[in-house]
Amino acid sequence: MLMDPERLDRLMNIAQSSLLPLAKGALLYTIPLAVITFLIGLVIALFTALARLSSIKGLQWTARAYVSAIRGTPLLVQLFIIFYGLPTVGITIDPLPAAIIGFSLNVGAYASEIIRAAILSIPKGQWEAAYSLGMDDVQTLRRIILPQAARVSVPPLSNTFISLVKDTSLASLILVSEMFRKAQEIAATNYEFLLLYTEAALIYWVICFFLSMIQGNVENRLSRYVVR
Amino acid sequence: MLVVEKLRKTFGNHEVLKGVHLTVKKGEVVVIIGPSGSGKTTLLRCLNVLEMPDEGTVTIDGKQLQFANKPSKKEITNFRRLTGMVFQAYNLFPHMTALENVMEGPMTVKRLNKHEAKEKAEQLLAKVGLKDHMHMYPFQLSGGQQQRVGIARALAMEPKVLLFDEPTSALDPELVGDVLKVMKDLANEGMTMVVVTHEMRFAREVANEVIFFDEGMIIERGHPEQLFTHPKHDRTRQFLKRIQ
Ligand SMILES: Nc1ncnc2c1ncn2[C@@H]1O[C@H](COP(=O)(O)OP(=O)(O)O)[C@@H](O)[C@H]1O
Ligand SMILES: [Mg+2]
Repeated sequence: MLMDPERLDRLMNIAQSSLLPLAKGALLYTIPLAVITFLIGLVIALFTALARLSSIKGLQWTARAYVSAIRGTPLLVQLFIIFYGLPTVGITIDPLPAAIIGFSLNVGAYASEIIRAAILSIPKGQWEAAYSLGMDDVQTLRRIILPQAARVSVPPLSNTFISLVKDTSLASLILVSEMFRKAQEIAATNYEFLLLYTEAALIYWVICFFLSMIQGNVENRLSRYVVR
Repeated sequence: MLVVEKLRKTFGNHEVLKGVHLTVKKGEVVVIIGPSGSGKTTLLRCLNVLEMPDEGTVTIDGKQLQFANKPSKKEITNFRRLTGMVFQAYNLFPHMTALENVMEGPMTVKRLNKHEAKEKAEQLLAKVGLKDHMHMYPFQLSGGQQQRVGIARALAMEPKVLLFDEPTSALDPELVGDVLKVMKDLANEGMTMVVVTHEMRFAREVANEVIFFDEGMIIERGHPEQLFTHPKHDRTRQFLKRIQ
């Protein structure tokens, strides 16, 4: 027999008692960390995309270098540089702010490419129609281009957000007590690694499931003006 | 009202406008005809500065832009407000209703408040026969209706000159009439208009002057009756034969 009743009982107990700490890790760290860094990342991304599309060479070049550096290096290494590396030059950052900085910069780079592509996908005629009414570049972007680009970027940005939720588990390695770190800590006391890690995986799955549902809703709302 | 002098535009090494001179008086309707690729669209786009001419000047209502001295973005934006553009492909804003499309310019550029802009937009949409379609999105409208929204949107900015680039050539034949009627009404109200079109009946009935444009130059100009029935140039004659 695979499992005697006593062991099954023990597993059930651990599963139950670990649920609250894991849920706390998710609600207090995983989800807020993902939401906050996504919002900061979007702001970074918008300015990066605009810098890349601007005609000023210096801005273009800076934005390119930033995106290339972030996309060309592992997220985990970026987090380690910020949390373990910077203290050696006198810059010490607490785990949570370090995670926020790292994830925001990461999302900013990836999302900037999405936003840039979305802006470029809006037909030239839209810019021209706005210009012909006497709008300047900023007015055209704000009123005409970005609202349309937003709709185009919802599906890829949602994917970025869902990846981000899962990537927050890397923050466990810079001592943020998010959900996966909680699972590691509990498993270290009772050695039920399979159980705890599977439990954590299921919670990630549930979160992402709900996010996909929200994504669908947002897409429907934003596409009310196109033929389906 | 509109004076164009020595307007030149080159794409790469292709000279598309070869020094165009044009004068349009207040309240006049000028129709431009000519073969595809002759530079008609480029000419209108230069008047609206969607295309930057290499040389020449455009003067509208006493305000002049000299292209040789590379006008600044701000000068260009201000100059654009003197003209309205009606595009061949309508180019309505798809994320806004017909009403919002017409309100957009006055609100964003002229800083009218929502109430004033709405009142004005409603009047204009009623004028182009779309009172009952105000709250529809462009995709819910026929091509002819979209183009009439496009005209209302341009009118909302109270331009001195209205430019039309083949406004009916993307339309199904049965929808052309409604758009032409709106344009005719505008002409009768004294709107100054430059219209690129191949609608000969419109040209005959409405235009004060018809211009035959070919290879970046004005080949011939005249009263519609005279130009259509007694063209002076062979090229004009051949072109007219082809399109009739
Ligand atoms: N942005 C552009 N870049 C390069 N060539 C262009 C551009 N716009 C127009 N042209 C060329 O200029 C010529 C005139 O075009 P256009 O003004 O559209 O003519 P029309 O409206 O009379 O058909 C064409 O040969 C076209 O290929
Ligand atoms: Mg054309």
